[in-house]
Amino acid sequence: MIAIHQFAFALLGKLSWSQLPQNNIERGGAAAIVLGLLLVIGTITYLKRWRWLWREWLTTQDPKRIGVMYIVVAFVMLLRGGGDAALLRTQQALSVGSSSGILSSNHFQQIVSAHGTIMIFFVAMGFMFGIINLVLPLQLGARDVAFPFMNATSFWLFFVGMALVNGSLVIGNFTAAGWLSYPPLSELKFSPTVGVDYWIWALQIAGVGSLLSGINFLVTILKMRAPGMTLMKMPMFAWSVLGSMSLVAFAFPMLTVTLALLALDRTIGTHFFTSGGGGNAMMYVNLIWAWGHPEVYILVLPAFGVWSEVVATFSRKHLFGYTSMVWAIAAIVLLSFTVWLHHFFTMGAGADVNAFFGIMTAVIAVPTGVKIFNWLFTMYRGRISFKTPMLWFIAFVVIFTIGGVAGVLMSVPAIDYQVHNSLFLVAHFHMMIVGGVVFADFAALTYWFPKIFGFRLHEGLGRLVYWFWGVGFIVAFVPLYILGFMGATRRLDHYSASLGWQPLFIVAGVGVALIGIGVAFQLLQLALSIWQRNQRRDLTGDPWNGRTLEWATPSPVPFYSFTKLPVVTDRDQFWADKESGKATRQEYEDIVLPKNSSLSVVIGGLAFLFGAGMVWHIYWLALLSLLGIVATLIIRSMNDEPEYRMSARTVEKLEHARLRQLKEYEAYHQ
Amino acid sequence: MSETAQMIEQRREHEAAEKTVFGFWVYLMTDCVLFAGLFAVFSVLRHNTYGGPNGHQLFDLPYTLGETFALLTSSFTCGLAMLAAQRRSKRAVLFWLGVTFLLGLTFLGMELNEFHGLIRAGDSWRRSGFLSSFFVLVGTHGLHITFGLLWMAVLGVYTWKKGLTDSIRKRLTLLSLFWHFLDVIWIFIFTIVYLYGSLNV
Amino acid sequence: MKKHLRVWLGVVIAALVVGVSGWYLRLHTIPVLQPAGVIGDKERNLLIFCSLLAVLIVVPVFTLLGVFAWKYREGNQRYAKYSPELTGNRMAETIWWVVPGIIVAIISVVTWQSTYALDPFKQLSSAKPTLHVQVIALDWKWLFIYPNQNIASVNEAAIPLNQPVDFEITSDAVMTSFWDPQLAGQMYAMPGMSAQQNLEANKIGSFPGWAANISGSGFARMTFTIRSMSKDNFAKWIGAAQHSGSKLTAARYAALAKPSTGNPVTYYSWVQPQLYNTTVLKYMTPKLPQLGKHTAGATRL
Repeated sequence: MIAIHQFAFALLGKLSWSQLPQNNIERGGAAAIVLGLLLVIGTITYLKRWRWLWREWLTTQDPKRIGVMYIVVAFVMLLRGGGDAALLRTQQALSVGSSSGILSSNHFQQIVSAHGTIMIFFVAMGFMFGIINLVLPLQLGARDVAFPFMNATSFWLFFVGMALVNGSLVIGNFTAAGWLSYPPLSELKFSPTVGVDYWIWALQIAGVGSLLSGINFLVTILKMRAPGMTLMKMPMFAWSVLGSMSLVAFAFPMLTVTLALLALDRTIGTHFFTSGGGGNAMMYVNLIWAWGHPEVYILVLPAFGVWSEVVATFSRKHLFGYTSMVWAIAAIVLLSFTVWLHHFFTMGAGADVNAFFGIMTAVIAVPTGVKIFNWLFTMYRGRISFKTPMLWFIAFVVIFTIGGVAGVLMSVPAIDYQVHNSLFLVAHFHMMIVGGVVFADFAALTYWFPKIFGFRLHEGLGRLVYWFWGVGFIVAFVPLYILGFMGATRRLDHYSASLGWQPLFIVAGVGVALIGIGVAFQLLQLALSIWQRNQRRDLTGDPWNGRTLEWATPSPVPFYSFTKLPVVTDRDQFWADKESGKATRQEYEDIVLPKNSSLSVVIGGLAFLFGAGMVWHIYWLALLSLLGIVATLIIRSMNDEPEYRMSARTVEKLEHARLRQLKEYEAYHQ
Repeated sequence: MSETAQMIEQRREHEAAEKTVFGFWVYLMTDCVLFAGLFAVFSVLRHNTYGGPNGHQLFDLPYTLGETFALLTSSFTCGLAMLAAQRRSKRAVLFWLGVTFLLGLTFLGMELNEFHGLIRAGDSWRRSGFLSSFFVLVGTHGLHITFGLLWMAVLGVYTWKKGLTDSIRKRLTLLSLFWHFLDVIWIFIFTIVYLYGSLNV
Repeated sequence: MKKHLRVWLGVVIAALVVGVSGWYLRLHTIPVLQPAGVIGDKERNLLIFCSLLAVLIVVPVFTLLGVFAWKYREGNQRYAKYSPELTGNRMAETIWWVVPGIIVAIISVVTWQSTYALDPFKQLSSAKPTLHVQVIALDWKWLFIYPNQNIASVNEAAIPLNQPVDFEITSDAVMTSFWDPQLAGQMYAMPGMSAQQNLEANKIGSFPGWAANISGSGFARMTFTIRSMSKDNFAKWIGAAQHSGSKLTAARYAALAKPSTGNPVTYYSWVQPQLYNTTVLKYMTPKLPQLGKHTAGATRL
């Protein structure tokens, strides 16, 4: 019997039927995922689109398509993370005094952790990498990123991380120790189930993808700019990506180390962060925030880049104070490595250490403030057209400023002692990340949507989305500032009735519901816009009177992006070209593009098996998958011709076909 | 293909190679951060022996010097292979790569032997925070060496089959960068872990 | 007409929000803003001072945003200037590097001073002697040990009014955070570490406290109360505990340390000597050093 048991463990690790969901809410979540997956598979099979999907999308190396895939995944994850948020607030509105609400404590904590993990790694990061893939090469006047195969592989690693997090809902469970899962709680002794392992391996795999992306975009920016585009002639979005990706290159290896050490503690019994045995849990907190704080700026810098483009375009003016903006980015990049300790002033460091990090934190507000003033003065003497991206900007300034002030307050250690780990903190960082990053993503999607798909999103519904999101957000998060002052800590699944917190939690829940309506309108907006796409075609390629090179291409942008690579003489090159009449010229050249490759998908698949093997302690599977990845890389390295050439003639033919198509749409318009 | 088209083509390939080498430098920098993290962890935990042995009691400095010698020599022979690649002498490249590979293998064998001895004596990573950080820091370097050896073997086969094409020479450049990088990391490990440890600093 | 309606609607909604919020807040205690201790008072004052400083940035940002958005809107072409070639202004940019810089410099000075002044490890100066209380965070309850009185209690601590108290804080489970917002800020409770929180109550009352860092499934129910009382009542409280008859022996402690929630307030008339110190030390070394047996842990780590 024992032998059989050992054999079963060697074969299946910790997997067993008892790992399937045990209560109705979990079963509902698992069913939603399984049914959703079946629905997608069924639809594709019914429409006989598998071959198309494989050729045009899954194996693509075109950054624009990879970008779209990132954004699709991120949006689906926004729905998942939002669903989590709704469950959390429902629980908090109900679980008062003798009632214990709809969720068990452990389940609530799993959802809290999943919400944070998903929103940061698979929504905010997903949107960010998606938008960078879509826009950055175009803005640089390049047809591709530096390493297309690596880029596709990064996407699939991101996808696998996402799949592991959601897989934990179907079989096993997720970490209940928070989105950064501090030890000793996340050590084997206190969290013996696979939850923390799911968290570790999902982030580890997605994190490697992000690191590779960081290297990729860094090289793209530094080596692939169009001739004539000096660094100081780069669009501000490209600058912000440069800043963000330098942070990725320095910060993500720290995440890899930290997660690896925690995994070793849990699997082979090392003593890095254990209590006892010579471990040091405080070291984990330091290490994870040495990644975690730069991560905040990794997310927010590209968002700043988006705002710079949006404000300049819709104010029809040059960005105010370009040089200041560049210096502000540089300052933020440097300072972001000197503030991590402000996440744990309450850990008992000496007054000198706390004061130093507090001051550095306040100092980083200066370059951020400079950026806000520069945007405001970009509006000054402009001709502002309040399309939805510009509306999102207004909401951003209001919310980000309030959240930023809360942040400066918390930079003073003696104030932080009173609001740390409270809902005040939760309100603060949601205002920064939703107001600063997610709103920028929405603005960016509306702004660049016609460039990628060739038609505009419905403006009226876009406004409804904006109002529901904006008002809902304020209603959902302002009460949390007050709750924080009232003593409510984060991640509470229950509280005493005598505290009188319930009305505020209910108000916050109403806010979440309003945001939910906003999301519903987003889906409706997308559906309706696709339905009416022929009326919404962007025939000019320049729907917003844009300034930078991406608007010099037609909409939707063809897979070769530019018929001839542009030469740059000006910061707002396309604006200058329009002024001088150069923008209308048509020229062609031979084009070299990467071939599709199925190997990125293969690596992704193997990474998934590796992750699953590590989570469930099925070590033969993990080892085989790892060897498989190495073998795949060797196979890839045998390929001496990863690119193909398209002659100028072919490009011209394709362009003529496109122009004929355009005529048809014009006819449709009349 | 006309003359100019050929020139354009050459320039394009040159730029692609430059891009790859630059990208590899960026990767090495990120790997440097990774090791910096592990070094930081080691310096936090090096006194956390939890009643177990410390470096002074465990390390055999002459043995480690032997390892160091093997690795440093391998770096030198790797350099000779690169010089041979510049001379386009395939045989010399293969010879020196072979020597480098054997020296690397020797290093790895010695390291594994050291680990084996420690574990057998009951001083594995489970013993204390200090030993955990020792095994993981040194082991991570060892994993890099293992990967480097694998890469070297594959590239050796390619060189043998395809000859010293532009693409192969570019890849040899990357490999040698990687190998020298591991050498530098080892010098830090030798100093901070073994030397300071043995001297009980 | 429609426009007027909108404005009025806005005013009515705003008035309602302000009215209801005001009414709600008057009914409830807001511990961080209505402290009952000297440290809490100072932390509140600091919060208000820095908020006012921040207003210096918020007001111009919101004003400029409103004015520019309104004035330079597309529909206002006739009255607003349009300067598409404007790329920057050295003077203006210098102002918004320098002015926020000055504000941050002021905040920095305040930060430096207040961090030293309100360092939780710093003993409060007072004519009265400091009361020592040792806090052990367990899954999921708080154990308070009074080493000099040789008593202990679970989930409740009493402190005398206007007398400095030094809480020494550790954990014998996972990491969490000790927070009683009406008296002072929070401090992490960690296994193998001994942290401190010095405070002094200047009002009489019962002040709820929380574990402010997630610590497993019982985390939300891991609450405690600190009761500040007159000197006489405090003596009575100690006396009652001393006569409770229940002793906190090593065995009882081991039972108490097992994960549980909803533990009632319990008093112990005797405490295993050196309980706090051995709890801290057992995570640091496998061999506990021999400690003196005569006191319940007055030795400071």
